[in-house]
Amino acid sequence: MKKSLFKKVTSLLMATALLAVSLTACKTSNSTSKADDKVYRTVDEIKESGVINIGVFSDKSPFGYVDENGNYAGYDVYFANQIAKDLGVEVNFVSTEAANRIEYLQTGKVDIILANFTVTDERKEEVDFSLPYMNVSLGVVSPSNAVVESLDDLGKNDQVIVISGTTAETYLTKNYPNIKLQKYDSYAAAKTAFENKNGVAWANDNTEVIAFSLENEGYTVGIPSLGDADTIAPAVTKGNESLLNWLNEETVSLAAKNFFHEDYEATLKDTYGEDYEDTLVVESTSLTNN
Amino acid sequence: MQALGIDVLFKGTNLFRLLQGLWVSIEISLISVVISIVLGLIVGILMTIDRPFLRIILKIYLEVVRIMPQMVLLFIVYFGTTRVFGWDLSAEFSAIFVFSFWGTAEMGDLVRGAIKTIPKIQFESSLALGFNTVQTFVVIIIPQTIRRLIPLAINLITRMIKTTSLVMMIGNVEVLKVAQQIIEANRNTSPNAAFGVFAFVFFLYFIICWPISRLSIYLEKRWA
Repeated sequence: MKKSLFKKVTSLLMATALLAVSLTACKTSNSTSKADDKVYRTVDEIKESGVINIGVFSDKSPFGYVDENGNYAGYDVYFANQIAKDLGVEVNFVSTEAANRIEYLQTGKVDIILANFTVTDERKEEVDFSLPYMNVSLGVVSPSNAVVESLDDLGKNDQVIVISGTTAETYLTKNYPNIKLQKYDSYAAAKTAFENKNGVAWANDNTEVIAFSLENEGYTVGIPSLGDADTIAPAVTKGNESLLNWLNEETVSLAAKNFFHEDYEATLKDTYGEDYEDTLVVESTSLTNN
Repeated sequence: MQALGIDVLFKGTNLFRLLQGLWVSIEISLISVVISIVLGLIVGILMTIDRPFLRIILKIYLEVVRIMPQMVLLFIVYFGTTRVFGWDLSAEFSAIFVFSFWGTAEMGDLVRGAIKTIPKIQFESSLALGFNTVQTFVVIIIPQTIRRLIPLAINLITRMIKTTSLVMMIGNVEVLKVAQQIIEANRNTSPNAAFGVFAFVFFLYFIICWPISRLSIYLEKRWA
């Protein structure tokens, strides 16, 4: 018995070691092969093939989703269709997940990712972002009869509800260390606590709090954008200058026609209403604001 | 039925899309199951052969499959091969490859286990009666092995069918992904759609897996 257990353990260790060796081998060959052949397609190559592959979400309404007739729709998809039209090619939508967006670009399996992709410094190391077409920041919602319009107005014992692990929690802990936070693990728990008036306000992504205030009566978003605004932008494979420049010019020329407001009205207005159009939409007017 | 969200199933082409998604799941799992059974029988027999080198290779293969989550295997085959070799494998092919790779190893181990339970005297009598090794396996050992294998193999097969939901990570839109799409698209109009849609997906998985489990009961009785 003892002997066979010992055998098993050694074989397991051996297998792991071999696996580790083969994985490192993969890694090294990966970095060498990357230098000599490009994985992405230039604008000319896309035009020649007649199809552009665009990665979008297929289950994030109202940004990228599939409608009841099986067609892709949403704010991101509206833009994607315009890109394909202006390139004069057909669009092939690829259903992506939050976790595999970068992987898709780095292997060139899609030309552009248009999946509610927030621009961050870490991501900039991996992919190239073009000009932004949307804003996201934090928002604070509170009951309509006691609207919180500034976090400085909060009383000593007022508590603010946040969901653990979100940017709202990080931001408030860092910038407003005196505010007492009530932390909940899930959206549902935070929502129930807020509805039971456990806290005076609820801080979360502004798209979330806006949607909440519109879906539930008696609540007002007192602070629609708080802290540093992040932007959402299309991303291309790192180094794909040709497509990146084309996208930047496309975004500027569309912005000149107020295209993204038109997009908002076609796709987001039902969820977020008219009031937040200018908070959420970005029309990039110059080629250098990223 | 509004409250349970059953109605969203009948909106537009939703029902048809769910069935299309189901077909993607079935296609990937059935092809992989067939490949796994055939290759698994071969691998299982090879595992019982007393050749140290062969043993080590197969042991490593089995341990790799056991250690690596299927999701990692999918990423390695779909994205990894493009990075390292520049191959552009299709998402379907990658999925079938990974599921066959996984199924063959587990099936092989089940076959090995089943062969080990066949008394040694069966081998010896067969050889004494003048059968050669191949004949011994094909005519004497494998038929007995298969009977013991059925309940074990059925578990593996149904597990493979259900695990196909992972292929959404490499862009294959299968039944569970379609369900999520439908639920999200109706987030505002019917917030409870999740219940009805997932209940229907449960039903779809059930009608696929149940006949397989009935078949196994039938075969076990018939071959017992």
